Amino acid sequence: MEKHDAKRVAIIIEAIMESRLRQALEGAGVTGFSVLPVLGGSGRSGNWSRDDTISRGGGMVQVICIIRPEKLDRMLEAAFEVVDRHIGVVTISDCQVLRADRF
Amino acid sequence: MQDVLSLAAQNLLSPIVLFFVLGVGAALARSDLTIPEAVAKGISLYLLFAIGFKGGVAVSNNGIDLTLGMSLAAGLILSFVLPFIAFALLRWISQLSRTDAAAVAGHYGSISIVTFVAATSVLQSSGIAAEGYMVAVAAAMEAPAIFSALLLVSSGGKGRLDGALIREILLNGSIVLLVGSFFIGWITGADGMAKIEALIVSPFQGVLCLFLLDMGLVAGRGLKQGRAVLRPGPLAFGVLMPVIGSCLGLAFALIIGLSLGGAVLLMVLAASASYIAVPAAMRVALPEANPSVYLTLSLGVTFPFNLTLGIPLYLAMASAVHGG
Repeated sequence: MEKHDAKRVAIIIEAIMESRLRQALEGAGVTGFSVLPVLGGSGRSGNWSRDDTISRGGGMVQVICIIRPEKLDRMLEAAFEVVDRHIGVVTISDCQVLRADRF
Repeated sequence: MQDVLSLAAQNLLSPIVLFFVLGVGAALARSDLTIPEAVAKGISLYLLFAIGFKGGVAVSNNGIDLTLGMSLAAGLILSFVLPFIAFALLRWISQLSRTDAAAVAGHYGSISIVTFVAATSVLQSSGIAAEGYMVAVAAAMEAPAIFSALLLVSSGGKGRLDGALIREILLNGSIVLLVGSFFIGWITGADGMAKIEALIVSPFQGVLCLFLLDMGLVAGRGLKQGRAVLRPGPLAFGVLMPVIGSCLGLAFALIIGLSLGGAVLLMVLAASASYIAVPAAMRVALPEANPSVYLTLSLGVTFPFNLTLGIPLYLAMASAVHGG
């Protein structure tokens, strides 16, 4: 089966920023992404758990998108505009997809 | 003095306070007790719906007068002005940076609807009536403080307020449900109440207890994680600021001519600090501010203070100076 190279970008960001990140991604031509809830974690601000957050501002989500390599820079620039000042982690990894026309 | 102590003891032994204490204790003891996120959200929606509707029905029964408009104006002014006082106090008694102090100050101009609900419950159990439209005043006081906080840091080039954020602040789910329920209660009046009172009157106290248990768990875990924040200066602020806010609330209540119950509720609104709407807004507009500072102070210090000692204190203060 034929496989195609792609990039997998995973962005963990505060839940309150999700809608802004979605807008930025759509503006950068990203046609699809998935949003997952983050249950908890630990970082520079200490430990946190979703159970301990009482406001929308407290939780975090992970936004995952698979894109063609040539779209990566434009997408990262748009995402960074949103993520820049906020708590979050952006990771990029290589991956392969079967149906390249979908990305 | 005897009355104040008796009222405080009575309040401390009420189910809502004891469930809050249970939550704090369980969290500090590292119990795995948790209220599922969806359940907590559902309870929160129920409380907003019930308190809004009941407020609307009270207005429908008693009608409106000039004090409604004046109370709304007082609420808006208090919410806008309190952050400037809080900021000055914080800068004086703590080592917090300008950004952190402004973010904390914003929380103290806005309100805690759960503290408001708890105060309403205390008034009811004491047989003291209050103006139903204080619910609308609570809703009006959510947002202005956010603008004040951003004004306080704007000189440093920080604090971003865009159209999307303004819309999120003014139309956040809590405000929409509270105000919407208030108007539905106002429109449908006693007939509407007769149809749904089985849902919003009898179970209310029990559901409130469950919510306070969750608040206690969150506050307890927040206190454990935010211990570094609890230095003497910020800690003193977390107790002093609500008392200052309540005094201003009382002054406005006397000028407007609110009833004793209405005065206590305005004091509670001015004394309470936000832990839902403002933290969310601060994370968007002022991400440089440390969330553990403002959440620990508003939820871990001021909320428990108001719930246990503050409400009886404000009731005693209002009773002492209120003519009727």
